[in-house]
Amino acid sequence: MRVSVQTGDFDAGRECARLLEGRSDVGAVASFIGVVRGDGGVETMTLEHYPGMTENALEAIVDEACSRWPAVVGVRVIHRVGELRVGEQIVFVGVAGGHRGEAFAACEFIMDYLKTRAPFWKKEQTAAGSRWVEARDSDDAAAARW
Amino acid sequence: MKVHIRYFASLRESVGRAGEEIEFAGDQLSVSGLREHLAAHGVDVLGQTATLRAAVNQVMAGPETAVGDGDEVAFFPPVTGG
Repeated sequence: MRVSVQTGDFDAGRECARLLEGRSDVGAVASFIGVVRGDGGVETMTLEHYPGMTENALEAIVDEACSRWPAVVGVRVIHRVGELRVGEQIVFVGVAGGHRGEAFAACEFIMDYLKTRAPFWKKEQTAAGSRWVEARDSDDAAAARW
Repeated sequence: MKVHIRYFASLRESVGRAGEEIEFAGDQLSVSGLREHLAAHGVDVLGQTATLRAAVNQVMAGPETAVGDGDEVAFFPPVTGG
């Protein structure tokens, strides 16, 4: 299983260990964890997704990463949805490869694509009320397609 | 033809519902044509929001993407995951 969208938390150490299980060709595992930041009085964040499309979009991003970096031998993406508190983990990307170059690059590529192409939406809750997070990069690929 | 419409995130809240089924005369339409039709038939916010994205059958779509009978078309704001 390469992609999961779930309400529950994840154990990054265990996910990295799984990328190594039974393999002798891995020389590097790069990982990224996104966390709910408490900027501007944010207390909780609610993540909405498009069931079905979100998982397919993540699979397509992983496929693209694997074709751009053929030396990548394992990828794991976990994205949480529902209500999350400040400090909670939102997203995990782990990439195993022969060497660090492709592992770092593919990990960053997956996050950059995930942020512009996977259908997730964040709503922040503060003491004053709630607000939808606005997309920051108006020049992203999705904009060009639309 | 019949099309299943879905709205997400802030657009879902603005429209006031998560989706609807729409029936049209004819057998094909573009995403932009569908959007114009919906905007002219009560979903005003679709005509007022410049930055909306769309998906047809759960794949990102452009304004010219064709919509046919039985398709699922989603409209939503730019994504903010990660």
